[in-house]
Amino acid sequence: MTNNKKLSTEGLNLYFSEKHILKDVAIGIPQNKITALIGPSGCGKTTLLRTFNRLHDLLDYVKITGKVMIDDTNIYDPKISAVEIRKRIGMVFQKPNPFPKNIYDNIAYGLKVNNTDPYRIPQLVEQSLRESFLWDEVKDELKKPAIQLSGGQQQRLCIARAVALRPEVILMDEPCSALDPFSSLKIEDLIRELRKSYTVVIVTHNMQQAQRLSDYTAFMYLGQLIEFGTTKEIFNNPQHDLTKNYVTGHFG
Amino acid sequence: MDFHQRQKTDNIFRKIFKIAGLLIIGILGGIFLMLMYNSIAFFLHFKPADFLTDTQWNPGNTSHAEFGILPLLVSTCLVTAGAMILAIPLGICTAAFLSEFASKRLQTILKPIIEMLAAIPSVAIGFLGIVIVGPGIAKLFGIQSGLNALNGSVLLAIMSLPTIITVAEDAIHAVPLSYREGSYALGANRWATLFKITLPAALPGLIAAIMLGMGRALGETMTVLMATGNVAAFPKGFLNSVKTITATIAIEMGEVPYQTTHYFALFAIAAVLFIITLAVNLLGESAINKVRKFQ
Repeated sequence: MTNNKKLSTEGLNLYFSEKHILKDVAIGIPQNKITALIGPSGCGKTTLLRTFNRLHDLLDYVKITGKVMIDDTNIYDPKISAVEIRKRIGMVFQKPNPFPKNIYDNIAYGLKVNNTDPYRIPQLVEQSLRESFLWDEVKDELKKPAIQLSGGQQQRLCIARAVALRPEVILMDEPCSALDPFSSLKIEDLIRELRKSYTVVIVTHNMQQAQRLSDYTAFMYLGQLIEFGTTKEIFNNPQHDLTKNYVTGHFG
Repeated sequence: MDFHQRQKTDNIFRKIFKIAGLLIIGILGGIFLMLMYNSIAFFLHFKPADFLTDTQWNPGNTSHAEFGILPLLVSTCLVTAGAMILAIPLGICTAAFLSEFASKRLQTILKPIIEMLAAIPSVAIGFLGIVIVGPGIAKLFGIQSGLNALNGSVLLAIMSLPTIITVAEDAIHAVPLSYREGSYALGANRWATLFKITLPAALPGLIAAIMLGMGRALGETMTVLMATGNVAAFPKGFLNSVKTITATIAIEMGEVPYQTTHYFALFAIAAVLFIITLAVNLLGESAINKVRKFQ
């Protein structure tokens, strides 16, 4: 892989209390590409995703050792605040989680807490809604409670909310798992668009989705990174038996 | 048990639960009717307009008794408002601290203590007002007696705090973690997340907490009776002695001759108190519904 590494880990170990969740993970996620994390439930892919934007900081029983880097910055450097990191690394969650506010405020909130010039906020809200292909559907009802949108629209709103901050990386934790196939395809189109400006890391259980969408794929199993390569290699010519069994559906 | 027997027990229990439910409605209706019946008897003797506009509550004056509710109503509102000004910020901040910032250990110590505060009898809180808070207020403001509205407000705030804290803490705790994670993931810090996401999301519960606390303060009798000086005159401020509606009823009901105008007058002011509490509840209810639309 000759690409620039946007995110990387080295000797990353993570424990929930005594439980060893991530075991010596070393991965380099290339810039402006879509990288899929796949693997059976409980393999640590979501946990790995959440180490990138320090969401584990909220829990006091999590212990992390090893290096996690964005560009040349150590994400866990005590001198760097989690807030700073999360501005650079946005996240979209498994279940759409719009705030209990109206559509406009859902996006404006992130801009406000990051001290965006108030005069620029309306324009940035519109821009990010356009980029998430939501603008035409909601432009006349920006004051409507976000919760009244359909599930797919809510998820696109959550993506718009992340995009509005112009992060460098967008993390996605099974963003389509709560959606119907039609909404999922819309989100996938959107993610493909995002690749032009962002580095995307997506956790997915859906093998077809990983193949359709991603440039690179990482297969994880029991907290270890088993194999990482281009999506083509992982699905067509896996080097490891575990990977082969998983991607061909012969697992367990 | 065969089928018929089962159906029979089923029926019996259904009836028992139905009766229990109807009984509650019956009791509420009965209280309401009793208040209304006696209030109407009062208004046959005394003009409703005078009741609402007279500025004197002077039932003892045999030649010209006056039953103006205003001084009592203003007293009740003043003491309650004072209590809420103290208790709402304190209660909600404590609830937010308990739910969002306190360690597990501190939570397990603090929560039972706060709940224990609710178990202190109101008479004991009244003592506190006479012995400590009252003299303290007198000293602080350089006045003769500390038995005034401020004293009542402080004590009522103490009494409504456990209700407000407990209900508000539950409401804040019930806000889904996903809201908070969403906020943190956007680079918001703890304070922005608390004030702009978590508390607004918990608003229906917070309003309920405030309403319950306010209901407690409005209806509390023994503490205000002991601590506010019981002077049935228009208070000019928090440092004046006041006589609330509840204290008036409690003090005068025991001495009043049966079925006199004065006797009926006490029912009339009780009915007003009832209507106020009802209005507070309905207002709270409608505020909650307005907020729910966003959740």
